[in-house]
Amino acid sequence: MNATIALFLAQDGIINGAIYALLGVALVLVFAVTRVIFVPQGEFVAWGALTVAALEAGTVPGTAWLLAVLGLAAALLEVVRERHAMSVAKVAVMVVRDVALPFALLGLVIWAAPMRLGLAVYVLVTLVLLVPMGPLIYRLAFQPLADAPVLVLFIAAIGVHFSLLGLGLVFFGAEGFRNTPFLDMSFPLGPMMVKAQSVWIVVVTLLLLAALYAFFERTLLGKALRATAVNRLGARLVGIPVRATGRMAFALAAAIGAVSGILIGPLTTIYYDSGFLIGLKGFVAAIIAGLASYPLTALAALLVGMLESFSAFFASAFKEVIVFSLLIPVLVWRSFAAGHHDDEEEE
Amino acid sequence: MSAHILEVSGLFVSYGRVEAVRGVSLSIPVGGIVTVIGANGAGKSTLMNAIMGVLPSRGEVLFQGRPLGRSLVEARVGEGVCLVPEKRELFAAMTVQDNLQLGAYRLGRSAVAGGMEEVFARFPRLKERRGQLAGTLSGGERQMLAMGRALMSRPRLLMLDEPSLGLAPLIVREIFRIVTDLRKDGVSILLVEQNARAALQVADEAYVMELGEITLHGPASQLAADSRVIESYLGLGARH
Repeated sequence: MNATIALFLAQDGIINGAIYALLGVALVLVFAVTRVIFVPQGEFVAWGALTVAALEAGTVPGTAWLLAVLGLAAALLEVVRERHAMSVAKVAVMVVRDVALPFALLGLVIWAAPMRLGLAVYVLVTLVLLVPMGPLIYRLAFQPLADAPVLVLFIAAIGVHFSLLGLGLVFFGAEGFRNTPFLDMSFPLGPMMVKAQSVWIVVVTLLLLAALYAFFERTLLGKALRATAVNRLGARLVGIPVRATGRMAFALAAAIGAVSGILIGPLTTIYYDSGFLIGLKGFVAAIIAGLASYPLTALAALLVGMLESFSAFFASAFKEVIVFSLLIPVLVWRSFAAGHHDDEEEE
Repeated sequence: MSAHILEVSGLFVSYGRVEAVRGVSLSIPVGGIVTVIGANGAGKSTLMNAIMGVLPSRGEVLFQGRPLGRSLVEARVGEGVCLVPEKRELFAAMTVQDNLQLGAYRLGRSAVAGGMEEVFARFPRLKERRGQLAGTLSGGERQMLAMGRALMSRPRLLMLDEPSLGLAPLIVREIFRIVTDLRKDGVSILLVEQNARAALQVADEAYVMELGEITLHGPASQLAADSRVIESYLGLGARH
């Protein structure tokens, strides 16, 4: 290996690491606020890329239909479950938000899909379709289990993952897609050529991480999310609606997943089932950071990305093995370092 | 408008098949301090948690004349009910200032600055500690922060669960002084205490709770002179 190859591998590592950082942070966020290990995080990555691909092809993405169905299901379920405690106004708000809006959106997509309005519009439509799916999935799958143990929530998350995976195959088929880059150009940096898309990924990741930091540190809503994570009962006692913070966390996770997918779509071929493995590497980063610290997760993600790209060079057949094996020493070290005082953090 | 801020009638709370609170009725006059005294495990905390909506209950709870029904905890906070629980339930990994800010969550950012000034005036110690993480505070400071955080939501009814538990006598006196101050500012108070002597001194009315039921009720001064209360809760060796 010479310096040029090392630079190339490092570049790859940084790009992968940036995406894993976003996904890892989203996993930490969802876990902290709702105690759900968000296995379907990766589906949002795949769907982000594939929804853009479908729109580029001038077709109506299946995700537009799914959003309408999910909205209808969530609204129906909630009306049935809380029929005693719901006012007419509340039902009306829900019908507009969960049923009318998604169907209007579906109509709009069906109408506009053949017009090929351009990449910026596709990206916007993809986000508008995927972000609300986060809270809808939370309401359908996790909110009814809000007080269940972590293991039950985890099993539910795996169930959601498999459902979404199957739906992805129905929506997008088994074929892979590679999207048009936002900026189709490269420029030399020292001895190597850097794709503008790569720079774009790193810049967007940094901006998103900075925005998330500002959100959690500076805004009352961000602090409310942190407070829910720190002490759920305490949060309820100061009047923070913990269901709403759960939805918010899922919306952020869906947004982060979709953005990640949109970002990597032009760099790699994405299949309906590509998301899981990408999400899993974000998960490795999150675990290294103890599912607790955002900055540590971002750093760990960079490590995972680097390790992946260098092991792809030295032992490409063992690339995934090496990355996932990283967990073993980390878990062993954590189990020794953490001792027994974890129980005190319980509510 | 009712003369009572809170009227509880026939309240039952069960943990599985065990009834921890059985047919409790009590009322709190507007601007009054009412205390519930009783031994450990009598159901006092359970009663408060049920009024707050943390635990499901049967029976009727009227707040300002309106039934609270099955409304969620967060909605009750919005109405003006606030509980300072026995375990304080602070946001340990966040600063004193952040804890206080979140206390005003329902009122929004505009209410934060004014509320924080008032809380700092009441608890100067919190002002000194405002940048410190809540988890690093002493027991007394934690109780002050828990009360300060509750006051940030501008409650009409403040429920204090064992505010003196585990605190040094000097700090206990300070806490009770603040409780009487709060009444002057129009906050009604429900106080659950094992320190019956101190509680009966500040309260207007008192209830004695035993095994999930109210066994005695009357003006606090009268109960403080009642032979049964003296024997069980005030006499020598009655410290629980």
